[in-house]
Amino acid sequence: MASDALVLELRGITKRFPGVVANDGIDFDVRRGEVHALLGENGAGKTTLMNVVYGLYRPDAGEVRVGGKPVVFRSPRDAIAHGIGMVHQHFMLIPVMTVAENIVLAKEPTQAGVVLDYEAARKRVRELASAFGFVVDPDARVRDITVGQQQRVEILKALYRRADVLILDEPTSVLTPQEASELFQILRGLTEQGMSVVFISHKLNEVLAVADRITVLRRGRKVATISRQGATEESLARMMVGREVLLRVEKPPASPGEPLLEVHDLRVLDDRRLEKVRGVSFHVRAGEIVGIAGVDGNGQSELVEALAGLRRPVAGRVVVAGRDMTGRSAREVLDVGVGHVPEDRLRRGLVLDFTLAENLILHDYDKEPCSRLGWLFPDRILRWAAELLRRFDVRGGGPRTLASALSGGNQQKVVLARELGREPRILLAAQPTRGLDVGAIEFVHRQLVEARVQAKAVLLVSLELEEILSLADRILVMYEGRIVGEYGPEVQEEELGIAMTGGRPVVEAA
Amino acid sequence: MTEPGSARAQGGERPTLAFRIALAQRAGGIVSPFFTALLAFFMGGLVVLFVTGKNPLSTYEAIFKGTGLNWLLPWETCAHPCSAALSLQQTLIQFTALALTGVAVAFAFRCGLFNIGGQGQYIVGTVAAVQMGIWFQGLPSALHILLAAGAAALAGALWGGIAGVLKATVGAHEVISTIMLNWIALWVASYLVTFGGPMQDPAAGTEAVSRPISEGAQLPLLWGSRLLQGLHVGLFVALAALLVYWLVLNRTTLGYEVRAVGFNPEAAAYGGIDVAKSYFLAMAISGAFAGLAGAMDILGWRPRLDLTFVQGYSQIAFIGIAVALLGRNTAVGIFFAGLLFAALRTGSSTRNLDPEVFRPELANNLTEIIQGLIILLVGAETLVLYLLKSGRRLRRRGET
Repeated sequence: MASDALVLELRGITKRFPGVVANDGIDFDVRRGEVHALLGENGAGKTTLMNVVYGLYRPDAGEVRVGGKPVVFRSPRDAIAHGIGMVHQHFMLIPVMTVAENIVLAKEPTQAGVVLDYEAARKRVRELASAFGFVVDPDARVRDITVGQQQRVEILKALYRRADVLILDEPTSVLTPQEASELFQILRGLTEQGMSVVFISHKLNEVLAVADRITVLRRGRKVATISRQGATEESLARMMVGREVLLRVEKPPASPGEPLLEVHDLRVLDDRRLEKVRGVSFHVRAGEIVGIAGVDGNGQSELVEALAGLRRPVAGRVVVAGRDMTGRSAREVLDVGVGHVPEDRLRRGLVLDFTLAENLILHDYDKEPCSRLGWLFPDRILRWAAELLRRFDVRGGGPRTLASALSGGNQQKVVLARELGREPRILLAAQPTRGLDVGAIEFVHRQLVEARVQAKAVLLVSLELEEILSLADRILVMYEGRIVGEYGPEVQEEELGIAMTGGRPVVEAA
Repeated sequence: MTEPGSARAQGGERPTLAFRIALAQRAGGIVSPFFTALLAFFMGGLVVLFVTGKNPLSTYEAIFKGTGLNWLLPWETCAHPCSAALSLQQTLIQFTALALTGVAVAFAFRCGLFNIGGQGQYIVGTVAAVQMGIWFQGLPSALHILLAAGAAALAGALWGGIAGVLKATVGAHEVISTIMLNWIALWVASYLVTFGGPMQDPAAGTEAVSRPISEGAQLPLLWGSRLLQGLHVGLFVALAALLVYWLVLNRTTLGYEVRAVGFNPEAAAYGGIDVAKSYFLAMAISGAFAGLAGAMDILGWRPRLDLTFVQGYSQIAFIGIAVALLGRNTAVGIFFAGLLFAALRTGSSTRNLDPEVFRPELANNLTEIIQGLIILLVGAETLVLYLLKSGRRLRRRGET
């Protein structure tokens, strides 16, 4: 358990990048045997701070102390030598190698100095795993194990290199709720044995669940370090954003009308011609939000693409407002009143090198009033864009600003402005809050509820269970290309989590 | 939080070469093309100094005099017949072809396509223009010119369109297909004009040359005389093409589609744009500009097609790539880059350079060195910007 001995101290760390101060005089310390959460919105400087600790960046000012002694890290190698381990958001594992090989990589036990002693490596990994209560198969190849297991391999890798401070960067972003709670268990086990953990996150509930102390960063500065006792989601959100944030979505009771989107036994292939959607049927009525929950990669992306006309289904039917739109082009689908917030706004939702005005007319550039007979009317387009930007409160630029110049939250507002500004009857929202911070998430959620109030049919696909639970009137769980269950909004998160990992056969077809 | 998407993007289609170059160029702004050209001249000057021992400044001055651009300077006096005026006419004739081929390359570029097929499209343009100029004797001149130029543009559009269709349907890379189409055009045109070929002039004996186009099909002259290869009205066609280029890109839905596809084909498809159609149209329009360049040369100053023209002079279309690159694919940029390359080519030609100062045959090579350096530097700049950008990206990753 936590003692008062400081294993790691940061004093007045400042790190500047051209045009931005990522860390501004930040103090931070870690006690032996504690989980210290580093909480903040995207861009608050959490990862920068930890990259300083891990030797990836040299601070412009300030001091790092390990065990009370000042240190200067020139590279991660130095940090590792001082007992600091880091698990990045992107795992750094070699898929074709076994778990044991990955763990001992770069510090392999050898025979005669050159040949890998695989037996010794296996033995070492087994010892390590049992010492900390991990369950891993040293001989499994990394590409064959789940993401949650890969994360454990990353943690073991740090332990193998004798880390006593473990930095985890947004570790739950890739995990299911079950895997996340297993991770928390593992972290508790580690701290009981005297290890310290720095837990980087922007998710309030997780931080409250796992941390002993919490440090909140906002725009490169430290707001406060507080103990978990007495902290609430509301108080943390206020510290993170700097104002009151509505965490719970207020929504009037649903009054669904007739079905506007009907999907019958849809089958869709992915780019590698594997069947990713395997006979999905459901409907979305006017004035309701239907949520599709699931672990990433279970066919949600392909489903949405098929509904939006971007991927031709191999079987089944898609009926939009009574019209069969199966296999129609994206343009035709857009024109019958479907709005689509794509899951990746940078790759698909926006043309980053276009101005905001050009992005806002992406679906309607060839129609009045934007153009006539192929001739564009820039004045009308700029006026229309200015109005939309005002209505949707887009900040950081005007109609002539390049989309790439905006922050993620404002970029997403531009996408929403375009999709909702055309007054669609059906809105497909795929991961509409991915990568956004608390304030922007609140805005997106309000817009989705507003669309529901206006009797639009909203299909919400999200990896965030909390988002689905707070917004959806009906929840469908997708697993391996099928819908494996339908639930009301009162369902327990655990129950959804089990369904999402295939823990239950088909309950009922929607 | 964006990992799944970016991982998929890496696994999926990579951004095209043209796209990446365009991206890096926009980052460089307006200063770097000037700097690029200046640096190329500086390095060319070093070559002059160390290889020939001549004074690079006086060499460049002589080349400048050879371009005829000094005719524009108010203090220059000019005896009759004014050699500066004659040189300037040649510079502007070259400018016509370079601006048109530059626009051709730039238009495809803006759609994310690298059209290396300017030469082939130029050649089919010249063949069409010659044939139309030979046929329809006695047609009113304006109509005849329009017919010949239109046929050339159409031929170029067809030739470029083939690569566009291949790209749009089976995904054949336009760089490969346009290069192959270049060779097809070159050898077909060579066959047409050589002895025994259907377009060869029987009156020319065994010489590989076509019959000349009828006088009515020749472009009216603006300046100078036909005998001394005066400047023809094609100059205005080139200037108009620059304007059309800007208007189409920025003021039409077609241009919007082309730019959207060029910047981000996935977002364009999501927006409802037919990406395959855009690829085809961009290549066809690109080819039309190159074909028109061929027509201007045939109708303007070279009324018959011969083997050296097909196999040698047609390479002017390749310089269109350099013009587009240095001109940043903008109308104004292509204007200046076209003028620069035209001036270089004329100024260092055997005819115009004072042999006392620098040997013309060496000067020709110097021009090619400078051309090559500019392309290299434009490429290197792309590389430098790319490195800078990935450095920035690495650092930005740390901020999130």
